[in-house]
Amino acid sequence: MVTTYAVVRGTELSTPSRVASILNRNVSALRSGPSYWLVLFSGFFEPVLYLLSIGVGVGALIGNIEIGDKALGYAAFVAPAMLAVSAMSGALAETTFNFFFKFKYVKTYDGMLATPLKPTDIAIGELGWAMLRGSLYTGCFLIVMIAMNLTTPFWALAAFPATMLVGLAFGAVGMAISTMIRGWQDFDLVFTGQFAMFLFSGTFSPVQNYPLAVEILIGLTPLYHAVELVRGLATGVLGWGMLVNVAYLALMTVAGLMVASRRMAKMLLA
Amino acid sequence: MTQEPLIYARDLVKKFGDFTAVNGIDLEVAPGEAFGFLGPNGAGKSSTMRMIGCVSTPTSGELRILGMDPVRDGSRIRGRLGVCPQLDNLDPDLTVFENLTTYARYFGIPRSEGRRRAAELLEFVQLTEKADGKVEPLSGGMKRRLTIARAMVNEPDLVLLDEPTTGLDPQARHLLWERLFRLKQAGTTLVLTTHYMDEAEQLCDRLVVMDGGKIVAEGSPRHLIDTYSTKEVVELRFGSDTPASYVDKLEGIGDRLDPLPDRLLLYSADGEGAVSEVHRRGYTPSSVLVRRSTLEDVFLILTGRTLVD
Ligand SMILES: Nc1ncnc2c1ncn2[C@@H]1O[C@H](COP(=O)(O)OP(=O)(O)OP(=O)(O)O)[C@@H](O)[C@H]1O
Ligand SMILES: [Mg+2]
Repeated sequence: MVTTYAVVRGTELSTPSRVASILNRNVSALRSGPSYWLVLFSGFFEPVLYLLSIGVGVGALIGNIEIGDKALGYAAFVAPAMLAVSAMSGALAETTFNFFFKFKYVKTYDGMLATPLKPTDIAIGELGWAMLRGSLYTGCFLIVMIAMNLTTPFWALAAFPATMLVGLAFGAVGMAISTMIRGWQDFDLVFTGQFAMFLFSGTFSPVQNYPLAVEILIGLTPLYHAVELVRGLATGVLGWGMLVNVAYLALMTVAGLMVASRRMAKMLLA
Repeated sequence: MTQEPLIYARDLVKKFGDFTAVNGIDLEVAPGEAFGFLGPNGAGKSSTMRMIGCVSTPTSGELRILGMDPVRDGSRIRGRLGVCPQLDNLDPDLTVFENLTTYARYFGIPRSEGRRRAAELLEFVQLTEKADGKVEPLSGGMKRRLTIARAMVNEPDLVLLDEPTTGLDPQARHLLWERLFRLKQAGTTLVLTTHYMDEAEQLCDRLVVMDGGKIVAEGSPRHLIDTYSTKEVVELRFGSDTPASYVDKLEGIGDRLDPLPDRLLLYSADGEGAVSEVHRRGYTPSSVLVRRSTLEDVFLILTGRTLVD
């Protein structure tokens, strides 16, 4: 044979364009699946219903709550917590159920890994998408809060990026957990954990109401940090402690992403 | 001029825990070649294909694909491969057309170019009418064709096809063979695994037979037949008698006797002569077929599915 094969070292695709191709895939999937819209829709209403029933309804029986030097109506106290919760559950829905299904059952990622995409690209792309889903909820929820006079447009804008960070943090950890989960029944544990956090993370009452030991325990859990950060911004009561909240959430994001991409590489590239 | 092989492997090993799936194989595939892996279930064909596809890290040995190192340049290499895995992993959330366009995006192919190629490829695998439907309702053969079209979307230099036609009806297989033959004509390097000897004979310039993680034979289909089998094979059936019971009686006729559950294979350079000898010894088979040796025979001889010797 006389043909010569010249090694052409093509330029490698950049990480942003690889990640963008995953978002592009999810947009296409969204467009061609009506059921997905339904899921999106119901995800938005859940926290709004809690806000109305507990924040407004139960709130009518309760006096003001002091945070910092401000006295807040109960609904204004609960609303930012529901905001943080919707960022969390929006992102988690994506990186637990949907991610697990693609990972284990339909082998979407096996197909992707036969292309220039790497496990890290997939983890980042799917996390970005999960965060966008959470942000869709929080964006709408913030508009509801402004309409109900529970925050101002200025503080709503300040709180919005914080909800994005909350989405990233929970999404990343959820994804890491999904790579370790054995089957659907394990998700029950995840949801129980999620619900416990939802009830006790300073969502419906200040954590100072609990015994000190419990208060410390809550201080270690992630939703507490999310609620503290989002509430501080949405109500305009700032404090240095919020830097700790940000650091905690950023650490969750990085650690979650690292674990998720390592596990994916280990399991799919065996 | 030195010619660098597209695939170069030396003493390539893949272990899963304590289990050795690929046990030290050497490979070289030149540009433009159509190269095949034959072998029984569990021989290590897919494990080898996955290493070549840079989605599985070799345990030891040397491997270079397109002149690059799969560990360091995996992403870059994969950008120039087209892969049809053993099991389809099409995206069920997308339409047939979108399966190709989104895949094109993974390779960084611009949107409009991706759409152009998708339309062209659907034409190529005769799925144009299904373009806007989902993947799930497609038949097995249609899914396979779509997977092959997907593997072409980046205009790859090297196409890896793991059992491309398994589970297809004869018509779908012939359509696929024709498509693959056209790719080969266009200069694309093909590497495929198959359980079908006729497929290997039709498509492959060169093949290896793998068994137990090792390469047990290598060469062109013709070469393998000449080397490992005889020119002709006689298939004898003896009504309800078990073929194995005739092995002693026919001992010495031809080069080799191979009793299968339903028939006895007699390997000989001269089929007619062998049949005469059977009759001369006083045996009357219920049916006699003299045919040329095929890869199937080579496969039977090499992978030890014989009971005699
Ligand atoms: N991820 C894995 N973990 C453990 N063992 C594996 C794994 N993949 C393959 N094996 C084992 O390696 C051996 C070779 O498998 P491989 O899939 O390469 O065979 P094959 O030649 O493709 O077979 P088939 O014709 O059935 O597709 C088998 O015994 C299989 O069980
Ligand atoms: Mg296989």
